[in-house]
Amino acid sequence: MAGKPVLHHFNGRGRMECIRWLLAAAGVEFEEKFIECPEDLEKLRKDGKLMFEQVPMVEIDGMMLVQTRAILNYIATKYDLYGKDVKERALIDMYTEGIIDLSEMIGQLVLCPPDQKEAKISLIKDRTKNRYLHAFEKVLKGHGQDYLVGNRLTRVDIHLLELLLYVEELDSSLLAPFPQLKALKSRLSSLPNVKKFLQPGSQRKPPLDAKQIEEARKIFKF
Amino acid sequence: MEAKPKLYYFCGRGRMESVRWLLAAAGVEFEEEFLETREQYEKLQKDGRLLFDQVPLVEIDGMRLTQTRAILSYLAAKYNLYGKDLKERARIDMYTDGTLDLMIMIASVPFKPPEEKEENYALIVKRAKTRYFPVFEKILKDHGEAFLVGNQLSWADIQLLEAILMVEELSPSVLSDFPLLQAFKTRISNIPTIKKFLQPGSQRKPPPDDHYVKVVRDVLKF
Repeated sequence: MAGKPVLHHFNGRGRMECIRWLLAAAGVEFEEKFIECPEDLEKLRKDGKLMFEQVPMVEIDGMMLVQTRAILNYIATKYDLYGKDVKERALIDMYTEGIIDLSEMIGQLVLCPPDQKEAKISLIKDRTKNRYLHAFEKVLKGHGQDYLVGNRLTRVDIHLLELLLYVEELDSSLLAPFPQLKALKSRLSSLPNVKKFLQPGSQRKPPLDAKQIEEARKIFKF
Repeated sequence: MEAKPKLYYFCGRGRMESVRWLLAAAGVEFEEEFLETREQYEKLQKDGRLLFDQVPLVEIDGMRLTQTRAILSYLAAKYNLYGKDLKERARIDMYTDGTLDLMIMIASVPFKPPEEKEENYALIVKRAKTRYFPVFEKILKDHGEAFLVGNQLSWADIQLLEAILMVEELSPSVLSDFPLLQAFKTRISNIPTIKKFLQPGSQRKPPPDDHYVKVVRDVLKF
């Protein structure tokens, strides 16, 4: 029997969280090895386990995969969450890239200098409402199906759910004008694997606090 | 007979250049519509052709594809440049994500404060020499094959060549410590479709100049 995937990252969301979500949604158990000090990262690098010296890194099926997208693509294909053909994949990829763009904007807020923060938040809220949520609401309304692509669960539904939760953390009123998205969120949250992941005690990570940011800064030197 | 793919972007490299490279390498003829005015951009938006109000946009096979990586993945799969199985695809994804990161860094510099230009380019050359090129040199050394993955031409090879040429524009001697990459560069450059693309008069675009930066800023209003 193949071993469980092993995720290497620091103990926080970062760029690993979307991978945790996808594995959880696929019902795949995984282990985590947390990078807790600079020496942990150095060791991974010296052992030649990080192709571009960076994490996330996931040990899976005899490979040491790096680059978030490569990891997500592999997992999605392996667990049949990537659509049924090349065209569905293209749609999934397009939607996913938009989700990644907004997630990165939100995720980088913690690093934003205090004097720029208000302007950044304002920009994020504007983009969230007028660019991204608007686009996804339109997709759902357009086909009237329960999932974004191909009338069944795919990776992009999970990525979007994750994003919607971050949007809510930022400002819960942002979702108000989007009934389709609210319904999707409810529907997805009730799926057994997702429901389990949403419960306390799962491997889902909380937002970073100031202490964790300091620790990450020391390890990753930024 | 299939219609030619149509590319919508500024008349310059930016995020569309990798798409041009891939199509050219695959021997696929394509049309281009260049964005020169704000009005053109607003028309694309109003016509609902830009999912997230962004270019690049590629119209192909009845789809309006945006998001660079979504476009590239679709083309790679369509033109058989994505490896023969899931594991080869994972490697191609890893390698291309790395080189794409590097090229996006290069494409972003003209839009940053001019006083930071030298420093930004120096960092890029350093990353290329210490993080990216050594990895690809080692991959070629370890398997001794002519191409990066699966002993046949793939998206990874085309993109690595593109990245090498872009970094060489910043630092002509950047490959001096990498003999296998030098041979790789020559070999891939001599592939007939690529050789043609490298010649004057092809749809390959020159490095960004002040005029290009101005057009982009005017059209996108930033």
